[in-house]
Amino acid sequence: MVEEVKLFRTWSSPYALRIVWALKLKGIEYETIFEDISNKSPLLLRYNPVHKKVPVLLHRGKSISESLVILEYIEDTWKQAPLLPESPYEIARAHFWAKFSDSKLMPAIWHVFLTQGKQQEEAIPPAIEILKIIEEELKGKKYFGGQTIGLADIAFGWMANLLYVLEEITGLKLMNTQNFPSLSAWINNFSDVPAIKENWPPHEKLVTKFQAIREKYLAAGATK
Amino acid sequence: MEEVKLLGTWSSPFSYRVLWALELKGIPYQYTEEDLYNKSPFLVKCNPVHKKIPVLVHGGKPICESMVILEYLDGPWPHNPLLPSDPYERAVARFWAKFADDKGTVIWTMFRSTGEEQKEAVKGSLEMLRTIEDLALGDKKFFGGERIGMVDLAFGALAHWLGVFEEIVGIRLLEPESFPRLHKWTKNFKEEPAIKENLPDKDKMLSNFRCLREKLLASP
Repeated sequence: MVEEVKLFRTWSSPYALRIVWALKLKGIEYETIFEDISNKSPLLLRYNPVHKKVPVLLHRGKSISESLVILEYIEDTWKQAPLLPESPYEIARAHFWAKFSDSKLMPAIWHVFLTQGKQQEEAIPPAIEILKIIEEELKGKKYFGGQTIGLADIAFGWMANLLYVLEEITGLKLMNTQNFPSLSAWINNFSDVPAIKENWPPHEKLVTKFQAIREKYLAAGATK
Repeated sequence: MEEVKLLGTWSSPFSYRVLWALELKGIPYQYTEEDLYNKSPFLVKCNPVHKKIPVLVHGGKPICESMVILEYLDGPWPHNPLLPSDPYERAVARFWAKFADDKGTVIWTMFRSTGEEQKEAVKGSLEMLRTIEDLALGDKKFFGGERIGMVDLAFGALAHWLGVFEEIVGIRLLEPESFPRLHKWTKNFKEEPAIKENLPDKDKMLSNFRCLREKLLASP
């Protein structure tokens, strides 16, 4: 009997995309339920009462929220195509870097993306410093975990397409192949994995969406 | 057996999360008190990315970030596990541990601010406590069930640091009548020998954090 797996997501959420990738990499069949964030379904509110956000995974009638928590659940439940290494120390390193993506890189990139003028100018150096840390970590490695794609790569995956989307919108180039050879190579390696490649949201649609988000933030900031 | 070292500070709840875990598992360790205003070369070498405590060094290998360390410990020392074995229960535990980290900062904001900012932080703190009271604890003795687990350690600051902050800013958040389960949990938590025997001195904390608050409010 196939155990039902459902994923509540939006077409563009980078957090939800992590779950799509993990499920695809492990060859797990699932049903997608697309949510309209401006009009959240009663089911979403029931399954994620604390945060009321996507993604939410439903398995065996139970709901799991928070993308990194869901990734760990998937890893604990389905043993094929492991996303984590064997050794506790290497697992800890994967956890450390997955956390770094969300706690350090994402806020820094958002800060550059959602500002303009002097504020944006000041936001750029810290973001580049963080990219340099990641560049250092990736030196000599194909993926964060080594030779195969893993949890940390999936956590950072948003960077592989969103960085270019945000660069296109702002006209700002935070990284290039000369200054960030390892990071650039990682982006190519990651994007080339079939499960990833076949599940990118459409580029133009992302550009339109994030352009609108930036304009909304800048307008809100201007009225303060 | 490989050597275990803990780099921490006496007043950090994050440092204590790891200390309590080591005590609960009966793991021998060597503790080094770090001076965060004058970080040791060893700390910087072990945690070049963040330069923060706590850091656990096991057999010469450093592990950073308190919750990453807690997850790590069940690997080499599976007895008295901090996480349950069932995948769903593990997900629930990780969810609340993340909640503690993501939302817990609002209490720090309440502590280091005044006026409107503090008012907002108080509101946020009460909402956070309400969520934990209503959704996280249930009728269990601990978040982990009958035994202390990772989530209890993650929320440890509520059991000891919150009271100190409340006293300093003169705002009471964790009223027993409003949060009976959480209040009972703080008592149960602090009664466990591994916790009871490893809490920073309350008067020292009051003095230290009072000083810190003044400093934070004075700086631009």
